[in-house]
Amino acid sequence: MDWLNQLNPTQQFVIFSAVKALVAVVVLLSIVAYTVLAERKICAAIQDRIGPNRAGPWGLLQPAADAIKAFLKEDFIPAHVRKVYFWLAPALAMTPALLTIAVIPFGSQLGAQKMVIADLNVGVLYTFGIVSLGVYGIVLAGYAANSKYPFLGGIRASAQMISYEIAMGLSVIPVFLLVGSLNLSRVIEYQAGGLFDWLVFKQPLAFAIFVAAAFAETNRLPFDLPEAEQELAGGYNVEYSAIKFAMFFLGEYANMVAASALMVTLFLGGWTLPWAGLNQPAATLAGGLAHVGIFLAKVLGVLVVFIWVRWMWPRFRYDQLMDLGWKRLLPLALANVLFTATFLWARA
Amino acid sequence: MQAALFYIFAALALVCGFLVVANPFSRNPVTSAMCLVLTLVWLAGLFVLLEAFFLGAVQILIYAGAVMVLFLFVIMLLDLRAEERRRLKRLGLVGGGLVAAALAVLLRGVIHEAAPAAAAPPAVEGTTEALGRLLFTRYLLPFEAVSVLLLVAMVGVVLLSKKELK
Repeated sequence: MDWLNQLNPTQQFVIFSAVKALVAVVVLLSIVAYTVLAERKICAAIQDRIGPNRAGPWGLLQPAADAIKAFLKEDFIPAHVRKVYFWLAPALAMTPALLTIAVIPFGSQLGAQKMVIADLNVGVLYTFGIVSLGVYGIVLAGYAANSKYPFLGGIRASAQMISYEIAMGLSVIPVFLLVGSLNLSRVIEYQAGGLFDWLVFKQPLAFAIFVAAAFAETNRLPFDLPEAEQELAGGYNVEYSAIKFAMFFLGEYANMVAASALMVTLFLGGWTLPWAGLNQPAATLAGGLAHVGIFLAKVLGVLVVFIWVRWMWPRFRYDQLMDLGWKRLLPLALANVLFTATFLWARA
Repeated sequence: MQAALFYIFAALALVCGFLVVANPFSRNPVTSAMCLVLTLVWLAGLFVLLEAFFLGAVQILIYAGAVMVLFLFVIMLLDLRAEERRRLKRLGLVGGGLVAAALAVLLRGVIHEAAPAAAAPPAVEGTTEALGRLLFTRYLLPFEAVSVLLLVAMVGVVLLSKKELK
């Protein structure tokens, strides 16, 4: 490790950031692969079936089988599509989720390294900015396909995501009023005190709105109108096959993981647990790994809820979706901002 | 490093901006809109280089992420074939050039005037706290006026889009 200490701080920073980014992306993609499997297993359990169990023990090799299938299938491109956007859209669907995790603290410390790739001062704004770019993948897919159902899916996606972005952005304002900083590491510090310092208990309304908006932003049921198999035959991804389709599929799950990570950071205490001194930055290597483990466990817990809801709830109608977003969640979020601000002002 | 990044971002912003108004490869409005998105992203990069992180993030969040999505939404609902057939008009070209030149002269004047004061620390530092404080103290009136203006625009749109008023 001598050569590492001889480097200047900039070089060390570059190397450590690259390593952290690489590990984070690899872990994210493995979680994505196994979330797909979990989705199929949980859905099977809910529908009283067995689910995939042929590839490996308990179907654990199913993600590998799916990946090989997606790579080897013929990548069919219909003649009527707009080629450039047809190629661009799957990549754009995948990228935002990968970029989001850059600012999320996924642990306290390993050695002297903070377990966050970029400790930005405007962390949460960065996240929302990137999330808001996520809609382009879907809209362009709908446009590129140059046929009816995908186009309707794309149009629906753009309207839905704009609407719920606003509710989502407003819902977290009370959180930052309480914390007094936009930095996600500060948010976790604020929640480190005890179980009831977690913002889910201090701001239950904000949490509820954020969860609803997160479901809408990730196009999950009950808000999966851009896909809506029954009406749109699959929506924006109808014309896609093989690996390009898989990119959309993985993009959706990567977005779910990113949304769960954000939820855990903002409302569920991040990498902290209020017991056994786990709420302080780790001094030892084992403690640091434990924090990463706690964070991942919380994220997986939220992911299970995501999947569970999908197989329990029917889809909203389009007018109900808009109604909920603009007439219910938005005023509630605004009222919550006003209430929290007044409370803080009265206390000060 | 900073200077190199500045030139990269600035060049990319200029190229993409040019492609928005006069794309030699495609007359498709969706392509123009996507180029505008890229231009906005590069501008956000420039803001970040100036250490205006808040402005950079908001630029992406509001303009690239929300306004342009609505643009795209509207463009996709229009009849694009008519738009693709339309040719560049010479008058429009000359007019656009004149406006751009006038703007350049104006900007040059403003920058020239501001240059000697460059030693003074900027009023709006990058931090969100400082920006918020300024907005609610020194610039409170303009801030509220802009809010009211936006509200008026919104009410106007609702009024116009309602076919029959009850």
